[in-house]
Amino acid sequence: MKELLELFEPILEFTKDGNWKMIVMWLIGGILIYLAIKKQMEPTLLLPIGFGAILMNFPHSGISEPLETLYNAGISNELFPLILFIGIGAMIDFGPLLNNPKLMIFGAAAQFGIFFTLCTAAMFFSEDVAASISIIGAADGPTSIVVANTLLSGTENSKYIGAIAVAAYSYMALVPIIQPPVIKLLTTEKERKIRMKYEQKSVSKRTKILFPIIISIVTCIFVPSAASLIGFLMFGNLIRECGVLDSISDTAQKVLANLVTIFLGITIAFQMSADKFLNTDTLLILGLGLIAFIIDTAGGVIFAKFFNVILKLMKKDPVNPMIGAAGISAFPMSGRIVHKMGLEADNQNFLLMHSIGVNVSGQIASVIAGSLVLGFFK
Amino acid sequence: MFEPIQFINYLKYMGIGMLGVFIIIGIIMLATYIIGKLPSNDKDK
Repeated sequence: MKELLELFEPILEFTKDGNWKMIVMWLIGGILIYLAIKKQMEPTLLLPIGFGAILMNFPHSGISEPLETLYNAGISNELFPLILFIGIGAMIDFGPLLNNPKLMIFGAAAQFGIFFTLCTAAMFFSEDVAASISIIGAADGPTSIVVANTLLSGTENSKYIGAIAVAAYSYMALVPIIQPPVIKLLTTEKERKIRMKYEQKSVSKRTKILFPIIISIVTCIFVPSAASLIGFLMFGNLIRECGVLDSISDTAQKVLANLVTIFLGITIAFQMSADKFLNTDTLLILGLGLIAFIIDTAGGVIFAKFFNVILKLMKKDPVNPMIGAAGISAFPMSGRIVHKMGLEADNQNFLLMHSIGVNVSGQIASVIAGSLVLGFFK
Repeated sequence: MFEPIQFINYLKYMGIGMLGVFIIIGIIMLATYIIGKLPSNDKDK
């Protein structure tokens, strides 16, 4: 009988020392898993994060030790996000951007939300935490993790890393819900119908090979702290474009990216213990992350409208201001959303090549913005 | 802690940050334009 009662002792652990909060974390993990499977929102990351959040919240389970080993092996030294960037670089085709380099200016404008959120978050948090939260607006998981980790790991504020990572990946998945209302609020139907000519110019193989090399050199000269992020991203792209490493490019895009994503997702969960995650600061971080996304979108669209004023003075054709919204780094989702909204306004309005060009430039610009933030506060 | 004055204090980072992003992107645009103008033979396309 005594042995039978001992079997149920672990259940009583949940009644001690605030351990009931662990059950709340199971619910949060369950919601992330539901969003990943049923709604197909960033399943590659939300599912392992959600499952890991459940695993991390059992009293005396010992699960934190292997997760901590993985965390120290790949996240606290930024290894996992950087290796993932090789895969992402190998997936990106910069062709639409190289066809029309002027589109890069919209990628730059869409980073406004990062700096606006920095100012807003500074009202509530210390500068290292505010800087880490602002990078949620980069709409780029690896950049968010690298910046948050560099600034917060090993400090008393490392408890925020989990919330920042979850916010970054969750909002990336919510781009199809967040962006359209913001775009519609800031544009008229007449503006959404603006057609943009696309002239297919052949981009030489030499240009595609030189591009990642030149980007890396230029960025690292002016923003040395960007070396790891931009370097790994462009290395992946160079593998893709060189034409002599097809099998490695394929491996980087598929096997490597998937493998690292598995480890990254489950390891982020190390920061999702109930005592670290469940507090009002987490809600504030989620709210500020949403502000970052909204202001990024708004910044890109408003800049495009301002750009149209200049184009009008120069008597040139206007751009569709919606392409400004594609300057966030959520590739290729944001580009596709803008293209879809263009078709909804006018079923002959094909914006895809322009919006994808802006979208990939946003990837570069977000790394530059993230590195500048690191440079300010490291 | 809630310190509204910090929004004003951090505006300088917004200014420097956005200027920095635009300048670097501008240089990258220029570099891209130049490498696009490099002569290439048909095999490269």
